Amino acid sequence: MRFNEAWLREWVNPDIDTDTLVHQLTMAGLEVDAVEPAAAPFTGVVVGEIVSCQPHPDADKLRLCQVSDGDATFPVVCGAPNAREGLKAPFAKVGAQLPGDLKIKKAKLRGQPSEGMLCGGSELGLEDLIDGLLELPADAPVGADIRAWLNLDDTVIEVDLTPNRADCLSLRGVAREVGVLNRAPVTEPVGEPLAAAVDATFPVTVEDTEGCPRYLGRVIRGIDPAAATPLWMVERLRRAGLRSIDPIVDVTNYVLLELGQPLHAFDLNKLDGGIVVRKARAGEQLRTLDDQTLELRDDTLVIADGGGPVALAGIMGGRPTAVAEGTTDLFLECAFFNPLTIVGKARGYGLHTDSSHRYERGVDPALQQRAMERASALIVAIAGGEAGPVTEQGDAARIPAPAAITLRADKVTALLGAALADADIEDILTRLGMDVTADGDGRWSVTPPSWRFDMAIEEDLIEELARVHGYENLPSRVPAGTPAGEPEGEHLLPVRRLADTLRDRGYLEAITYSFVAPDLLAKVDPEHPPLALMNPISADLGVMRTSLFAGLLNAAGRNLNRQIDRLRLFETGLRFVPGDDGLNQEPMIAGLLYGSAEPAHWQAKARQVDFYDLKGDVEALVALSDATAFQVRPGQHPALHPGQCAELVRDGAVVGYLGKLHPRLAKDLDLPKDLYLFELALAPLRDGLLPRFQPVSDQPRVQRDLAFVMDDQVAAGDLIAAVRAACDERLRDVRLFDVYQGEHIEPGRKSLALTLTFQDPSRTLRDAQVNDLVEQVVIQLKQQFNATLRD
Amino acid sequence: MMENLESLVEAALAEVAGAADARALDEVRVRYLGKKGEISALLKSLGGLSAEERPKAGALINEGKQRVQAAIDERRAALEEAALNEQLGAESLDVTLPGRGERPGALHPVTRMRRRMEDFFQRLGFDIAEGPEVEDDFHNFEALNIPAHHPARAMHDTFYFGDGRLLRTHTSPVQVRVMQKGEPPFRIIAPGRVYRCDSDLTHTPMFHQVEGLLVDENITFADLKGTVAAFLKFIFEVDDLPVRFRPSYFPFTEPSAEVDVGCVSCGGEGCRVCSHSGWLEIMGCGMVHPKVLEHGGVDPARYSGFAFGMGIERLAMLRYGVNDLRLFFENDARFLSQFA
Repeated sequence: MRFNEAWLREWVNPDIDTDTLVHQLTMAGLEVDAVEPAAAPFTGVVVGEIVSCQPHPDADKLRLCQVSDGDATFPVVCGAPNAREGLKAPFAKVGAQLPGDLKIKKAKLRGQPSEGMLCGGSELGLEDLIDGLLELPADAPVGADIRAWLNLDDTVIEVDLTPNRADCLSLRGVAREVGVLNRAPVTEPVGEPLAAAVDATFPVTVEDTEGCPRYLGRVIRGIDPAAATPLWMVERLRRAGLRSIDPIVDVTNYVLLELGQPLHAFDLNKLDGGIVVRKARAGEQLRTLDDQTLELRDDTLVIADGGGPVALAGIMGGRPTAVAEGTTDLFLECAFFNPLTIVGKARGYGLHTDSSHRYERGVDPALQQRAMERASALIVAIAGGEAGPVTEQGDAARIPAPAAITLRADKVTALLGAALADADIEDILTRLGMDVTADGDGRWSVTPPSWRFDMAIEEDLIEELARVHGYENLPSRVPAGTPAGEPEGEHLLPVRRLADTLRDRGYLEAITYSFVAPDLLAKVDPEHPPLALMNPISADLGVMRTSLFAGLLNAAGRNLNRQIDRLRLFETGLRFVPGDDGLNQEPMIAGLLYGSAEPAHWQAKARQVDFYDLKGDVEALVALSDATAFQVRPGQHPALHPGQCAELVRDGAVVGYLGKLHPRLAKDLDLPKDLYLFELALAPLRDGLLPRFQPVSDQPRVQRDLAFVMDDQVAAGDLIAAVRAACDERLRDVRLFDVYQGEHIEPGRKSLALTLTFQDPSRTLRDAQVNDLVEQVVIQLKQQFNATLRD
Repeated sequence: MMENLESLVEAALAEVAGAADARALDEVRVRYLGKKGEISALLKSLGGLSAEERPKAGALINEGKQRVQAAIDERRAALEEAALNEQLGAESLDVTLPGRGERPGALHPVTRMRRRMEDFFQRLGFDIAEGPEVEDDFHNFEALNIPAHHPARAMHDTFYFGDGRLLRTHTSPVQVRVMQKGEPPFRIIAPGRVYRCDSDLTHTPMFHQVEGLLVDENITFADLKGTVAAFLKFIFEVDDLPVRFRPSYFPFTEPSAEVDVGCVSCGGEGCRVCSHSGWLEIMGCGMVHPKVLEHGGVDPARYSGFAFGMGIERLAMLRYGVNDLRLFFENDARFLSQFA
């Protein structure tokens, strides 16, 4: 809602300056978005009168004018087509400073002296109504400063209204609010009703009285098609952000701004039969004012005539029946439409108008008569014509009647934390237009005014009290009381701990969009058809990720393009996997790494990351959890290299994957081939262990290094598991310290060297006992893997 | 004999002084002070002296030996010191060369700010709650007193899946889920991703909010004001931070407020960050609407509560001086690495 301050002050004029007014509005919930001057700064422009106008001897399009400023006349060379004797127009005298840093000096134009400039609207930062000079009314006082005369030292205020405050979508509403806040009287400068001069009416039938409980119509005949909108109205419209179109449309817009009531004017002679207010029939069409042809749905309320819909009720009129050049007879419509009937309809047709904006939020149902009188009086005053009587159709019983709400003083205190005096409560509500009846004992029966659609319950009234009393005047305290919820178990690993571990291992945390490109996701995770958005922001953000890989790969690509040649990224967040028993929104932690294994160092030889760097990072995460519950075993994932892919398993279930990006994908996505990824479900990882103390043994430890030769397909993990299985608790540790293939080892076989650490918790192990254990291991590995001790 | 002693000592001292290393020094010691050393030998000649002379001569010889021994000790210490110095010199490094090993990475600034927010509210006894991001219409709108076609829905540019499900447009549905699942009192915050179908210079289709909810007996607007003000002072670490509450509108709170803080960039003077208003809009809040309590299974006659919601990116931008929202989701390493 945009309006100029001077107009507001015609309605209500508290003794406060603009800054205070603006602050007051903002603090009352009418947030002021912008405060702007009504016109750009300029000086030295007065009302001038062209006293004579001759052709320029040496230029076809220029004229030599003599312009009076009331005291003297000046020669002015002017190129405006409407320059003519007797015209009053803004006259920038020599020395004037115009917007755009233009300074007026004496000049010669094509050999003729010119002392000043006659101005069009845009040269003063106003609107150009016509091509040429701004035509001032005949009664404009010659020589008057134009800024003062047009009241240009005015301020435009723009208020950003919340959807509940439809009552402030008019100057009347804002003035009412300012009146309440300042306890100032509000005067409505609205003239007398316009008596009917003729008895012409136009038939109206309201079929849908629920959607349209009140429909006022009025015929106005014989308006002057050549009439022009007066400058004062053009200026108020301009300051409100509206362009002047023609006197009839300007008047309906003006009344919309002034009172908040949308009106529509039809060209009476283009209407066929009579008006019917009804729902559209499926398939009916309407060409709207903005020249779109709409296919109407049957849930849409329309204004129709004998030929079909002529307007979308409360939204926009139709082109064929609109007021146009040459229109002399009008049918003026002023209705109350039910907000529930209008809401969402404009949006459904891709429209949003000043009218729909107001009807959706609620137009004061008591306003139509007054708005009709105001608009017809203005039309007749500006364009002449004779008005018929106002006709009313509809069903008054369906007009919303505000219900009384009970307000209790103790509820006010309980909600606000402070008691308000009964007198203040009554005063504030009354000034807001509410009908307040005290029931005694701190209770009131409060009936909101017709313009408030947002008052339904006691809390609504209390908000009004708080708002007018001032939120800043209410008390403040930090609530007492104790924590409410259940603390998390100590064994639960916080996500923070996992994130910090990766961070400390050199990872940067990424946050990528939860929606990704369907084609990328299909490459990364073809097995899970994703959930698709109906209205994505763009096609490449069209489906919900079923894997965090997609976003990380995108991020890697972007960083590579920015010459980041070493990167570790991780992300936590949900993946969205549709399944038979619904959508699984599963929290995951995923990572990506490429580039050198270590940060560049002057001493070290650069090495590219490989699978075991990746695995080390995953192991670091697992180590924070119940590590022995997890297993890493060879796995397959469509995004990963089949020979360098592992799955993380807990309690028999796969809870994550790690591996090298599949070379085909690397090529496809233009990513480095040495790029590694992991993605793990967070829940099993977070399910950690409460530490359990084990007595520390001081018995000596015995280490034996053993190298076994076996088929190179044997997995080291299986071998180590077998070693453990072959021993008892006296085997304290198995560490693999060498993997060898080459000289002295047959092709197809490999050597794995292990350090076995033995310790008996309570006594010193003897050599013979250790030998027995080793012997068991050798036998077990021979049986299970055909592994032999290396010589 | 005594003349001999004196010259022997002089000679020994000269040789000690001239010994170039520990071995040469040891040779000097053996030659003069060893069992068969020249000074030691003098002691053996004491037998030829009278009983009166003997103690005096012995004392003189011992004194000479001690002088030589002291000189040897001193010389040895000096030689060792020199040797150590030489070794240390040889071992010295250019300590300005870079060290070795991985450097820490960084948390995303949103995570950094989110943790800070969580820490504050956990100190006040709030639990951290989570909820689904693919939501249903009931929890995202209906239960929050936003029925179908409510104009407030137009403020939420919602992503839909076409089957009644949608991407949550705010973290407020977590309020309802928490209330439905438990019994009052409730003190929770719900941080997380939210989605709106909007993308331009100042909007990204995904961003983060923190929702807060406190429901108990005797909770008033004063509690809301106090909690929010304390929180904002904590976040910006400004004790006298101006905080103001403006009436606003949210369907799920009544009364509702928008909260501004004095611009932390210009101190309220007016600058580009605050659009020359001196104030920064930080969050929305209000007293939980009785209908929302009812949807959560809470008796509004007995309990009241407040709720608030704010964008994490907004706070992170102000706090860390980030001037472009879109940077948060480009995941450029040069950006991310600044928030270790």
